[in-house]
Amino acid sequence: MTDTLAANEVSADVPEYPMERSARCPFAPPPEVLEMGASAPLSRVRIWDGSTPWLITGYEVARELFADSRVSVDDRRPGFPHWNEMMVSTVNKRPRSVFTSDAEEHTRFRRMLSKPFTFKRVEGLRPKIQQITDDHVDAILAGPQPADVVTALALPVPTLVISEMLGVPYEDHEFFQHHANVGLDRYAKAEDTMTKGMSLAKYLCDLVEAKMVDPAEDAVSDLAERVTAGEIDVKEAAQLGTGLLIAGHETTANMIGIGVLALLENPEQAALLSSTEDPKVIANAVEELMRYLSIIQNGQRRVATDDIEIAGETIRGGEGIIIDLAPANWDANAYPEPDRLDLTRDAGQQLGFGYGRHQCVGQQLARAELQIVFHTLFRRIPTLRLAIPFEEIPFKHDRLAYGVYELPVAW
Amino acid sequence: MKVTVAQDKCVSSGQCVLNAGGVFDQRDDDGVVILLIENPGPELADDTRRAAAACPALAIDIEE
Repeated sequence: MTDTLAANEVSADVPEYPMERSARCPFAPPPEVLEMGASAPLSRVRIWDGSTPWLITGYEVARELFADSRVSVDDRRPGFPHWNEMMVSTVNKRPRSVFTSDAEEHTRFRRMLSKPFTFKRVEGLRPKIQQITDDHVDAILAGPQPADVVTALALPVPTLVISEMLGVPYEDHEFFQHHANVGLDRYAKAEDTMTKGMSLAKYLCDLVEAKMVDPAEDAVSDLAERVTAGEIDVKEAAQLGTGLLIAGHETTANMIGIGVLALLENPEQAALLSSTEDPKVIANAVEELMRYLSIIQNGQRRVATDDIEIAGETIRGGEGIIIDLAPANWDANAYPEPDRLDLTRDAGQQLGFGYGRHQCVGQQLARAELQIVFHTLFRRIPTLRLAIPFEEIPFKHDRLAYGVYELPVAW
Repeated sequence: MKVTVAQDKCVSSGQCVLNAGGVFDQRDDDGVVILLIENPGPELADDTRRAAAACPALAIDIEE
């Protein structure tokens, strides 16, 4: 196979990515992505800069590539399929981080972040998460109807939990929500970064320096300790902290908002959840909601460092790879009738947290939060219902993390 | 069943403890896998297989 031939193949009619979801099926991945997935587990797409990376839509191929050491997250490599213009314009300004490093360098960063997220540490946090959740459900029940699930529960619970864990003062939570939102704009322009993306980094630098002088039992203090020990510099520590902060509340918050909506639209499933106290049933329910909703849209971006033969195709070294979690989680070969939310199906191997070395660092924390929040909300307010017509719910089509902007409910 | 773990590959996801808490643990400092039982009995076999399948770093090896 020659390069010329490969180039000819690509020049054909390649669909534009990302695609739009259908307004009639807002929980489903975009129909074009599902059609592509039905005919092949990987195919070419064209992205914003005109390049034509591979889009992975099949469950097995996604798992294999996530775990393949020839698949790199290093966004400085030529051919890397960037999210948007802002990410390209900052590629040489952003320090290496857990998100953009491979192999040993990645392992070093990753292990610095892992201490607060071990299974046991998160288990120990459950009473605290339960308390925070109960307080917010109390406030909803005591307040006027309708209530907005997003502002009353979905945003404040994970923000409080991650702020506490990192040692970030809760008074600053509005600042974080605002800045996290800018960073997650799918179509962010180059000029957005200087004013918005960077001021959060500056704040975190100051916080790391403050914790170097006055450490406490929290994750930013852990990072500050590494700076003092000379393992990383302040900028790297701040970058790692920023990643945790944004990933730690924005994603979980979106999953809570849209998860509650999915349960309201499937009342028999919500009843299943509210009528059980079995931790295994509750845990699997969250895995199935993660599978069904796969809120991380826009795909996980990678670049091949060598030729990879997979599913009858050859991904050439230097070609971009986009692994799209939503269609992979809706692959009928892995999950029959994928469009059905079924909290009793075994969804333990769903790909909502990704897979491979870069799988979500905070996944055990997210699981604990989601298990507690969904179960508590529907157990304590079993009559919960939508307060506006379904068609009027504003969905986050324009964000890297999908969800709902607001969710008015009554009971 | 004989289990081995590759600590150098481990990325501290906690998937092994989630699926088979009796067989695996994590180091407090960095979450790296600790193997508690090298030869899990039949009552732990299914959980151990699930843990190996869920490990995102392919750091758990099972000889049946």
